[in-house]
Amino acid sequence: MKIIGLVISVLTGAFLVYAAVDFPAWSDPASPASTYLSPHFIEKTMEETSVPNIVTAVLADYRGFDTMFETTVIFTAGLVCFFLLRTIRRKEPESRHYRHMLTGVTIQIKEGHKLPPSADFERMDSLWTPPDLIIKTACRLLIPFIQLFALYVIAHGHYSPGGGFQGGVILGASIILLAISHDLRTTIERMSEKLVAILCAVGVLIYAGAGALCLLLGLNFLDYSALAPLLHVDPISARSLGILIVEIGVGVAVMCTMIWIYNNLSSAGKYNQGL
Amino acid sequence: MADLVSTVVAKYNYWIYITLMMIGLYAMIAKNNLVKKIVGMNIFQTAIILFYVSIGVKKGATIPILQYSHGHDAHLVVHAADYVNPLPHVLMLTAIVVGVATLGVALALAIRIYDRYNTLEEDEILAQIREEK
Repeated sequence: MKIIGLVISVLTGAFLVYAAVDFPAWSDPASPASTYLSPHFIEKTMEETSVPNIVTAVLADYRGFDTMFETTVIFTAGLVCFFLLRTIRRKEPESRHYRHMLTGVTIQIKEGHKLPPSADFERMDSLWTPPDLIIKTACRLLIPFIQLFALYVIAHGHYSPGGGFQGGVILGASIILLAISHDLRTTIERMSEKLVAILCAVGVLIYAGAGALCLLLGLNFLDYSALAPLLHVDPISARSLGILIVEIGVGVAVMCTMIWIYNNLSSAGKYNQGL
Repeated sequence: MADLVSTVVAKYNYWIYITLMMIGLYAMIAKNNLVKKIVGMNIFQTAIILFYVSIGVKKGATIPILQYSHGHDAHLVVHAADYVNPLPHVLMLTAIVVGVATLGVALALAIRIYDRYNTLEEDEILAQIREEK
């Protein structure tokens, strides 16, 4: 198998090298990829959409359909992880373990019995390692600033590198950081499974809804200039604002998908304390 | 000879992407462990992303964000040669996030396979499937 693999790889590599001889040289301004459509994007983006970041404009406006279905693909991937891994029928174990957070005393509760009503107890699995105080505190301090930066990346995507995908991933990473530094139960307390799933769909819905709204207002799907009378701006600024609406939708969808995939993967669908 | 060397140097981005891509392909074919196959798939993806981004580069051009586009010193005359090609960036921007999402699906499948067969080695899984028949 190893030899077959090596032969196939070397052969394919040789074909690719042969093909690459005809490719344009590195950083050639006259290469075919840079001459056909991209000059139009570079030169006309400002007057057509008033967005200085060409990547954002192409992503959400000129190639709006592509991005919409990419968002759908991400949403579907989150859904697939959920269906593959989540164990819906929860078999309660014979005994559960709780830890008193102030003293560190562990108590065992048999099936059918209840914990005395107190907020000092924390559910734990049989395998438990104490979270490090320094890591916990440092992550607690960092997470708000990470989220603030993520919001900046989404909102400032028109003028600097950034946008919905990048900001959404940073937002998702901040919540995953919480899950790693504390445990998965803490994260689910703050952001329940249901909320994550609903927000995932809401993100895609914001995107598709913005497109459908343009359709209802009499122009093509995802032609944001139709939103001008609603937003009280000229059609070109309306395209810029339409891109922002869509980017927010992408950000929400990406954030929640990342959290959803992490939650399911790290606990193998059991939603216990996670990694 | 000098001709050949200049060709090789002028297209070094292609050689890098081909090498990376073949490492990924080899790992996907030859490795026995499913997680290593997934790692190979990711190296393959990275090679494609590198390829696309390197296509967009232009000599002497800057990032595809227009300068001086607002305010009093705004000038609307933009030359395409001053900015790198934005199109590959757009394609790869979505491809990276989709790559992460598909990686999640692949790992979820690996977890399910491990639950069922108690191993991630391909030959052991195949042996177990043959026994069941």
